[in-house]
Amino acid sequence: MFSNAFTAEALTEAWEIIRTQFPLALWETFYVTILATAFAIIIGLPLGVLLVVGDKGGIKPMPKPLMAVINFIINVLRSVPFLILMILVFPLTRLIIGTTVGTVASIVPLVIAAFPFVARLVESCLREVNPNLIEMAQSTGATPFQIICKVLIPESVPSLINNFTVAITTILGYSAMSGIIGGGGLGKIAINYGYYRYKYLVMFLAVILLIILVQVFQTLGTKFAIKTDKRLKNQTAKKN
Amino acid sequence: MIEIKNLSKIFNTADGELQALKDVSLSIPDGDIFGIIGMSGAGKSTLVRCMNMLERPTSGTVEVDGVNLGALSQKELREQRHDITMIFQAFNLLMQRNCLKNIMFPLELSGMPRAQAKQKAMELLEIVGLPDKAKAYPAQLSGGQQQRIAIARALTTNPKVLLCDEATSALDPNTTNSILELIRDINKRLGITVVVITHQMSVVESICKHVAILDGGEVVEQGSVEEVFAHPKSQAAKNLVFPEGEEGTFVVGNQDEHFIRVVYNGAYAAGKPMIARLALEKGIEANISYASTKGISGKAFGTILLSISGDENAVKETIDYLTQEPGIEAEEVEVNVQ
Repeated sequence: MFSNAFTAEALTEAWEIIRTQFPLALWETFYVTILATAFAIIIGLPLGVLLVVGDKGGIKPMPKPLMAVINFIINVLRSVPFLILMILVFPLTRLIIGTTVGTVASIVPLVIAAFPFVARLVESCLREVNPNLIEMAQSTGATPFQIICKVLIPESVPSLINNFTVAITTILGYSAMSGIIGGGGLGKIAINYGYYRYKYLVMFLAVILLIILVQVFQTLGTKFAIKTDKRLKNQTAKKN
Repeated sequence: MIEIKNLSKIFNTADGELQALKDVSLSIPDGDIFGIIGMSGAGKSTLVRCMNMLERPTSGTVEVDGVNLGALSQKELREQRHDITMIFQAFNLLMQRNCLKNIMFPLELSGMPRAQAKQKAMELLEIVGLPDKAKAYPAQLSGGQQQRIAIARALTTNPKVLLCDEATSALDPNTTNSILELIRDINKRLGITVVVITHQMSVVESICKHVAILDGGEVVEQGSVEEVFAHPKSQAAKNLVFPEGEEGTFVVGNQDEHFIRVVYNGAYAAGKPMIARLALEKGIEANISYASTKGISGKAFGTILLSISGDENAVKETIDYLTQEPGIEAEEVEVNVQ
């Protein structure tokens, strides 16, 4: 099926599409991913904190039914396949954006899909914080809020960055899927030209660009996480 | 003054109830260095956590300077914890903050202005002997240095009481000594009451004035360190004072021999050939089965286990002869003979 992908005609055609469509698509993919991740963190981070501190052994135990409901909602949202979720949240998208199609509209389902994921990632990061440090803070007279802001979150910054990097690459993948409901970006080009019009070369190039984007995000995220981690002796020693 | 009355703590575990503390009563005078010693699982850590209400006792009270900690609200308790600070076996420094910011942590919590907090932290770095480590991160420090930073942090709020939970157990002997030296120095200079939780008799011997021995959640013995060391009554105390094993273990000798334990304060008894004189003056030949000398609170203490082959009279005569010297105590003891 790919036999006609590399003919001279196909190449010229592909080059034309790349020249005219790719810069915008790349930008769309980029900002949709960044914005969706940012909103997912804004909702998911406090939720993840709540999951840890509100637990029955946590620093500020919350009523059990409340925690059960939150856990249930997160699990439900995480179980719905993204393709279905996009359609299910149409009413919400229309409420917030005013329309259900287009690049901006695709941010809403992305956030809804990603924030429960981010909440779970944050939860696992915060649970890794040494409980002795929490005991120390309590023995020093810290309030639960101070423990969250000065111990739990700062101590897990390197692993939070690592996990947010995982989140951003996952959201990047989802954003490509949103091409199906009219979201813009590299995904849309891959589907529209590659799948619907059999221009496989364009599809390959769109996928290659997605791969490069993931590589860039991952490399930057890992570097940043290592740079912020003061537990690594060699890294901090260089600075002094 | 810390007054602990009839303190009990019961944990509900998967295997049923676990009584960690049983009717513990202690009073710790101001300015003291008070040791609480016991084997693993004796309830030491639970007891020290009841002193700042990190653990709520099941029954009984803890009063610090007349304030009943159990009756305080969460907010009042947090205030009180500025007066009762704690250092830990694992140091518990915040790994993502540098040393200066670690020391500033308690001041940040109480909302002291940054510049003032920084100045206070620098002063404390000086006191603990690490003025050049302000910008270093905990991962770059040795265990002893980390504990010094933790001590500085515990002192920022000018506490009345410093709780040390196995503070030297993760350190090598030399570092342990230097940390104990620092704690003693702080106790002297700042007049802070220090409560030392440990499983090492050597720690109690080197810095504590008073000691309580905890066994199975109960205080089995308490008093001045000299007193407890010279006359350990309970089995737990004996095990701690003579970890190498004096009584309870085997000593080479005869079944019909009598054993006398002699405890002496080296400062008085040193230089007198007591055992040689015993033989010359009384005609009693004593054999040394065991001997050891320890420094406690700056005084040299020794213990000797003598074996005497003779009758009850010889034993009595020996004890009378030895105890007429000041600073020497002797008593007959039962020993397992091999």
